[in-house]
Amino acid sequence: MSRFQQLAEFERPLAAGYELLPFHFTALDDDNYVATNVAGEFVVLTRPDLEAFSSQSLPHTSALYDELKSKHFLIDSDSDVAIDLLALKLRTKLAPLANFTGLHMFVATLRCEHSCPYCQVSRANDDRTEFDMSEATALKALDLVFRSPNPAIKVEFQGGEPLLNFPLVRFVVEEAKRRNEAERRNLAFVIATNLAVIDDEILDFCRTHAILISTSLDGPADLHNKNRPRPGHDSHARAVAGIHACRSALGRDQVAALMTTTAGSLGRVREIIDEYVSLDFDGIFLRPLSPYGFAMKTKFYRGYDQARWLDFYFEGLDYIIDLNLSGFWFIEHYAALILRKMLTPFQPGYVDLISPAGIGIGAIAYNYDGDVYASDESRMLAEMGDKTFCLGNVHTHSFEDIFLGDALLGPLEASFAGSAPMCSWCAFEPYCGADPVFHHATQADFVGKKPLSAYCNRNMAIFRGLIQRMRSNPDVRAVFERWANLG
Amino acid sequence: MIALSAAQLSFNTPGADAPRQTIFLSDNPGRPMPLRQREGFLVRDGEVPEGFGWYLLHGEATAVAARLANQRVVLLPPELDYLGDGDVVRLNPERTALRVLYRRSSPHNHFLLTERCNNYCLMCSQPPRNVNDGWIIDEVIEALPLIDRDTVELGITGGEPTLLGERFFDLVRSAKSFLPDTALHVLTNGRLFVNPVQAETLGKINHPDLMLGIPVYSDLAHVHDYVVQADGAYDETIRGILNLKRERQKVEIRVVLHKQTYARLPQLAEFIARNLLFADHVALMGLELMGFARANLEELWIDPVDYREELTAAVNILSRARMNVSLYNLQHCLLDRSLWPFARRSISDWKQEYMPECDGCELRTQCAGFFASAKYRYSDRITPLDGSGWPVRNQKAGG
Ligand code: SF4
Ligand code: SF4
Repeated sequence: MSRFQQLAEFERPLAAGYELLPFHFTALDDDNYVATNVAGEFVVLTRPDLEAFSSQSLPHTSALYDELKSKHFLIDSDSDVAIDLLALKLRTKLAPLANFTGLHMFVATLRCEHSCPYCQVSRANDDRTEFDMSEATALKALDLVFRSPNPAIKVEFQGGEPLLNFPLVRFVVEEAKRRNEAERRNLAFVIATNLAVIDDEILDFCRTHAILISTSLDGPADLHNKNRPRPGHDSHARAVAGIHACRSALGRDQVAALMTTTAGSLGRVREIIDEYVSLDFDGIFLRPLSPYGFAMKTKFYRGYDQARWLDFYFEGLDYIIDLNLSGFWFIEHYAALILRKMLTPFQPGYVDLISPAGIGIGAIAYNYDGDVYASDESRMLAEMGDKTFCLGNVHTHSFEDIFLGDALLGPLEASFAGSAPMCSWCAFEPYCGADPVFHHATQADFVGKKPLSAYCNRNMAIFRGLIQRMRSNPDVRAVFERWANLG
Repeated sequence: MIALSAAQLSFNTPGADAPRQTIFLSDNPGRPMPLRQREGFLVRDGEVPEGFGWYLLHGEATAVAARLANQRVVLLPPELDYLGDGDVVRLNPERTALRVLYRRSSPHNHFLLTERCNNYCLMCSQPPRNVNDGWIIDEVIEALPLIDRDTVELGITGGEPTLLGERFFDLVRSAKSFLPDTALHVLTNGRLFVNPVQAETLGKINHPDLMLGIPVYSDLAHVHDYVVQADGAYDETIRGILNLKRERQKVEIRVVLHKQTYARLPQLAEFIARNLLFADHVALMGLELMGFARANLEELWIDPVDYREELTAAVNILSRARMNVSLYNLQHCLLDRSLWPFARRSISDWKQEYMPECDGCELRTQCAGFFASAKYRYSDRITPLDGSGWPVRNQKAGG
């Protein structure tokens, strides 16, 4: 008799059966289901397997049993450390919430020298300053910024075109840095600009203060210029020249570009991606068009339906995946955000895809006139006459009024996905979010009926599409793992 | 291969009467007088400065021995020729024995603290014995102040060092006090840290550079428990790791690769990346054929070439998760080329060897080589490589 015991001895406790840990399941395709646990780990299984597992009759000798045990869908009398690990993973995902608001948007001015038809907020360029933020308003807003307990504070300048009110940008940056000498936060600045009016003085300032530039690039010149009319029809040329100028002045990775999808974009996703590739960006964020503001009024939003956008998205995603498979490193950022939730213990703080919703507690917008909005979209809604998400004004309301008032807590609580109909039993809830502003805008309800929700339909299709792609090809899974671990 | 101990040494009469002691060795005739009484002088060329507590002579220096009749003298056998300035040895005149505790010139110094263990791993290279060996740690703690303060790293092994309880913590405290710039690497199964108080005690010592190397053999508890032959060990080890990380201790996860662990390597890698991403290092290690590994050879042996696919997948999963990964005891020609950047030359200098098949291999200086014990079984697919890493034979055939 050996001094050593056989494996069978250690398997003996498994025969006593197992207990289920919390999980949800949703159909993936005609044959398979996706099951997820509270930490967002997923297993794909057939309907008979799902039935066997959930009726606690799955044999412990099956490979699926091992997978479910390893990924913390069950515990047996052999081991219960899964509970500690699940708790830790859940805590890791939720921990960033305690930091509270990290992104603070300052609407430096509503003026803009572009006149984009889909733009929700901007005013024609003129010399009037009634749409500019004043220093007095900025000081009050900064008081609120530093009330946030977040150790990392990002101040983003929005517009209009914020560089048309550059003195205010300069004032806020210098004042915030002065205050930060005592506050000691990890303080960062971003300017969202179309780059049309950037000059050496501004670049110097950005270099001195390590300010990131976020610009707009919708694709090839004709598409970009059609989307973004300005005197001279040279928006694209100015953006490209600006990107080069920023890179040489500030560093290659100090410039990011965002695209806006319009009806004209559909069918041209490869050209759009090629534009990003040829301009030496590391990736692209294939964005849906938001339903707010002029975009809705001008029927751009209705100009195409959800299915057409999803075709656009997946054609682009597959094109990008192929680039990666052939050895060229390029990222689709929306997929990367979701994959981070699927494949890592982390929770990216992207405000549109998080629950509780990111409004107010993830990001906040200070409008030029001192009104405080729960998100950038909230102020666009307000421009259409709906001030539901206006939380107060920096001149008349306190931090507590704004951040702890019903205007914010009401929609946050109502829309919480963990208790919303459909979301609360949806397998994709760990990857999804709550978007009370979108659902209010489209269904006049913070929660929204998810079967009718473009937000739900779009995200669910993307969740399924990502899981299917990494399941059917291990090389795609490898690409996805790299994207997921970028953050 | 060098000897780390010797017995049946000849001590002269004053030496034979001396008590056991741990001494610092020097070949510097100019050592300060007040220190000499506690130190041993390595006699090299007949020069014999006065005042040292011990004189260590190589065999042929017996002429000198006559001159030192009133001093404590021990004659060294040829296999201890390598002893040098700054080394630390333990002399046991009663048993006519000497053990080398520390070699200043070696980057691989380690102390075995106890032979006792609460696991009984299938492949243990140092099979545990249930003996009362509490004296060992006393000796080690005594030796620490004699060790060169510029030592880069010291290893602590067992058995299971944490079974020593408070004495183990004393050792860590001593190391911090006498060797604050020396990294301390402790091999432990981590099970006792399931008690948060133990983890807290270690955390409070606040050693500046301590790493706990803890084995995790599977993502499945029962497989791990089988490998370590201890029911319930897995849960204790994992909880131990969580407690240690809560105390901000550095943890290395160690996986020994063999027939009972290779199949689920990719799943284990996923498990680690998902649950233990905060680990500071993951070491995947080829099997060393010592101790139980030899007794269980048939249950354990698998040619590394035959687990290449699983190993490659596992390393890629871990490195994509941006974990710090190393491969130990694995030879270049048996690994997928993409894993070479992860392969470390980890075998202690006195253990590292190469095989006759390695003749002509130009990557020998990068390759980890073999433990001497590999002679019992090693891959039959060793292939000498040329300077750019392609098999030498192929090149000849082709050109
Ligand atoms: S919005 Fe839709 S996809 Fe997202 S959690 Fe709710 S039901 Fe699931
Ligand atoms: S042949 Fe070369 S690569 Fe292979 S084991 Fe020998 S030294 Fe290492």
